[in-house]
Amino acid sequence: MAEYLFLFMAALVIASAFWVVFSPNLIHSAVSLLFTLFGTAGLYVFLYADFIAATQIVIYVGGILVLIIFGVMLTSKIDSPSIASSSANQFIGGMGAFAIFVMQVAVIFNTPWNIGSEQSRDATVGSIGKLLLTDYLLPFEIISILLLAALMGAALLSRRN
Amino acid sequence: MDSLQSYLTIAAMLFSMGIYGVVTRKNAIAILMGIELILNSANINFIAFNRFGGMQNLDGHVFSIFVIVLAAAEAAVALAIVINLFKNVGSVDVDGADLLKG
Amino acid sequence: MMDNSNLTLALLNLFLPLLSFAILIFFGKKFGDKAHLVSLALIGGMLAIAIRFFSNVFHHGAEPILETSIQWFTTGKFSVDLGFLINNVAAIMLLVVALISFLVHLYSVEYMKGDPRYSRYFAFLGIFTFSMNGIVLADSLVMMYIFWELVGLSSYLLIGFWFEKESAANASKKAFLTNRVGDIGMFIGIMILFFEIGSFQISGLIEGVHNGAFSGDMTLLTIAGVLVFMGAVGKSAQFPLHIWLPDAMEGPTPVSALIHAATMVAAGVYMVVRIFPILTPDALEIIAYVGGITALMAAIIAITQNDIKRVLAYSTVSQLGYMIMALGVGAYQAGFFHLTTHAMFKACLFLCSGSVIHAMHHALHELKDHDTDPQDMRNMGGLRDKMPITFWAMFISTLAISGVPFFSGFLSKDAVLAGSLSYYHYHHGWSLFLPIAGFGAAVITAFYMFRLIFMTFFGNSQNKDIYSHVHESPFKMTFPLILLAGLSFAIFFTLPSTINPFDSHGWFTHAVPMVDNVAGLNMHEVEEGLHHAHHSAMMISLAVAGIGILMAILFYLFKSIDAKKVANTLNKVKLYNLSFNKFYIDEIYNILLYKPFLAFSWLCSKLDWDLYDQKFIDGWGWITIKLSDKSGEADYNWLDQKIVDGFGRLTQYFGRNLKLTQNGVVQNYLLGGIMGLLLLIIVFQQF
Repeated sequence: MAEYLFLFMAALVIASAFWVVFSPNLIHSAVSLLFTLFGTAGLYVFLYADFIAATQIVIYVGGILVLIIFGVMLTSKIDSPSIASSSANQFIGGMGAFAIFVMQVAVIFNTPWNIGSEQSRDATVGSIGKLLLTDYLLPFEIISILLLAALMGAALLSRRN
Repeated sequence: MDSLQSYLTIAAMLFSMGIYGVVTRKNAIAILMGIELILNSANINFIAFNRFGGMQNLDGHVFSIFVIVLAAAEAAVALAIVINLFKNVGSVDVDGADLLKG
Repeated sequence: MMDNSNLTLALLNLFLPLLSFAILIFFGKKFGDKAHLVSLALIGGMLAIAIRFFSNVFHHGAEPILETSIQWFTTGKFSVDLGFLINNVAAIMLLVVALISFLVHLYSVEYMKGDPRYSRYFAFLGIFTFSMNGIVLADSLVMMYIFWELVGLSSYLLIGFWFEKESAANASKKAFLTNRVGDIGMFIGIMILFFEIGSFQISGLIEGVHNGAFSGDMTLLTIAGVLVFMGAVGKSAQFPLHIWLPDAMEGPTPVSALIHAATMVAAGVYMVVRIFPILTPDALEIIAYVGGITALMAAIIAITQNDIKRVLAYSTVSQLGYMIMALGVGAYQAGFFHLTTHAMFKACLFLCSGSVIHAMHHALHELKDHDTDPQDMRNMGGLRDKMPITFWAMFISTLAISGVPFFSGFLSKDAVLAGSLSYYHYHHGWSLFLPIAGFGAAVITAFYMFRLIFMTFFGNSQNKDIYSHVHESPFKMTFPLILLAGLSFAIFFTLPSTINPFDSHGWFTHAVPMVDNVAGLNMHEVEEGLHHAHHSAMMISLAVAGIGILMAILFYLFKSIDAKKVANTLNKVKLYNLSFNKFYIDEIYNILLYKPFLAFSWLCSKLDWDLYDQKFIDGWGWITIKLSDKSGEADYNWLDQKIVDGFGRLTQYFGRNLKLTQNGVVQNYLLGGIMGLLLLIIVFQQF
């Protein structure tokens, strides 16, 4: 049962991603992105990353994706423009992307991964919290400052002059 | 079926498609979406290695949180820039922003 | 110390004239026409020193007054020394040179007055005197050779003094070149002697031959002797190198007097006198014949010459022949005696002729006549009333040269002729030629000398205008004439032994005794022969002189016999022409020597210029130019245009095309970056 679910999740992710980049319609791309993010969250669950899955949905879907859709709304023309790029670019880009994929796959399947022991399926929130405030305190603080900067930046950039 | 390789493969696919999207798409927001895909694939890699790599603590998860936070910040700022671009040029077609043309 | 002071005096004697030359050459212009004071002072000093040396002659015996030398340079075994050898012979010769040089200096003050190169003339006289002194004082053959050449140079400078005249320039060249021909032989001879004996010094040579250096090969010594004699042949104008002396009359007359009468030409005789001890009988025979031929031939030519200086020139050649012949027959003392007496009266004759020519010049100048030759005797005549001092001086000298008793020439000529008779007495056969040549030349000498006197000073003037304008020369010119004429009297040479005009014994014969010949000539025999032949020679020479003078009187004084008729008669067998044209010797040389040589040098020049220079050397130049053209072309068209500019164009091309990649679209840049990354991964990855 779990296997089929996993496969479903994987297919969802990949298909949605596919439609994100290949769709001529921007709204379709955005909605596909939604599904991709959902699928990814599902994959996180399979990877016993419960907190991350939730965070993904809350922040990515609820925040970023909404933002993107706002952007789409604000900037698209009423009559949907052509958003496909030139064919030459497509070809070369496609080739490049495919090559990258092939390389990565080659690496993935040729490297003798050091598979560790089976892990416990505890709740991760506590551990993450603990880690954030002990081992990763500095990055945590810096991230906060970065968020502040982003906030200020975004606000500044979208000022009405 | 859920071995390390499969997750990594999924992530690779996401990554490639993200690259394709960034390089190929004309609309700025579509490019942003491609970037999100790339970031997600990286996240999947982190989490997958955390589960299959035999680590004691949840370093991968912490990294993943950071990535998500960064993605959010970056998306906000990028969209602000795109809005500005739209206001100045009138369209978000990246082909129009060719002031660097040599 | 006697020797040191002698050495100093000898050095002064040698270098005072050189000092005169140096001062006048560099500062002559400053002196202007007072230049003669410098040279007269210095030459006068030299004369005083020469008199001092001469005075020693009366006191010393036969050994040298001064004999020293210093080493000049050595190269291995070869060592060249310079030194002085002053014995009686040298001392007498020094006095001759000094006296005549001084008198000529004095005479030239008047003769060369107004000449634009006045100071240079006296400078040249100075260097000549220096060189002549060098020859006289030299103790080694190599030193003599050095000064020999210097004398040749001085002669060149002086003969060609008026170098604007082409004939003068040619004459000076001829003199120098002819002398050079003789000098070649002299040099080879000196070298043969050196290589056999190992020394250049005269005393060394005599000793070497005496000790038997040539004992195995007398022929080589003969050859060496004859070769050295060749120098004398050139310098003393013997046949066949006599051709330069008549042409040398182009120089100023005082120069002719100094160089071509008294001193330079005598240098050849002097040299033979110096090396007399090492001349073999065979060499001496050749020398005698050369002298005899010269004496006779030159006399014959002199008969028909019309230029007063030419007559005297050929007369000099003839008298030099006498001296050489005397040495050849072994009459060593006679030869040197004749040299000394000849110096006196020949110098006097030349200076007198100069006085006449000077007067003629002035007369012609006053008449504004530039065509008449002032030296042609046919324009003269009856001058004895107008120029008495000149006339008497010349007359006395003529008597001396003709061999009239009471005069010095008689004594010396008599001795020479006695020598030739004694030689025949011993050798018979063809040597009869020598006395015949000697006495024959004596007849002819008397004839042509008196012809000269009569044509110039007696009879009617051929040109009345000139006659009215001539006048006697000033004192500076006549004083030397008087002095030299006085010295032509016999008693000057025979005091204090005798005043008998027929006896030649005196200080001279005591000072210059017969030397020993170490090359095989028995001097005792020679002396005896001379003694025996003395009387007969005297008789015959008196007769011969009388005949000559008589003929001259008949032809030219009383005009009883018509000279022209006789000339035409003789010309039936072309004899007159032969004499007048100097036996055509110059022409013969021209055909045999000059023309082939010039043709050869023309050929060489053509080879060198047309073939070598034009074709070969210029060919290289042409090749170089062509090569540089091509390389220039290659450089410009290929290197510059194609390669260097090509690089520029290549860069432009790439730039233009690469510019297209910068289209401003960031996505493309990203794509490029990704492509690059892929490439790197592929290249550096090992799958």
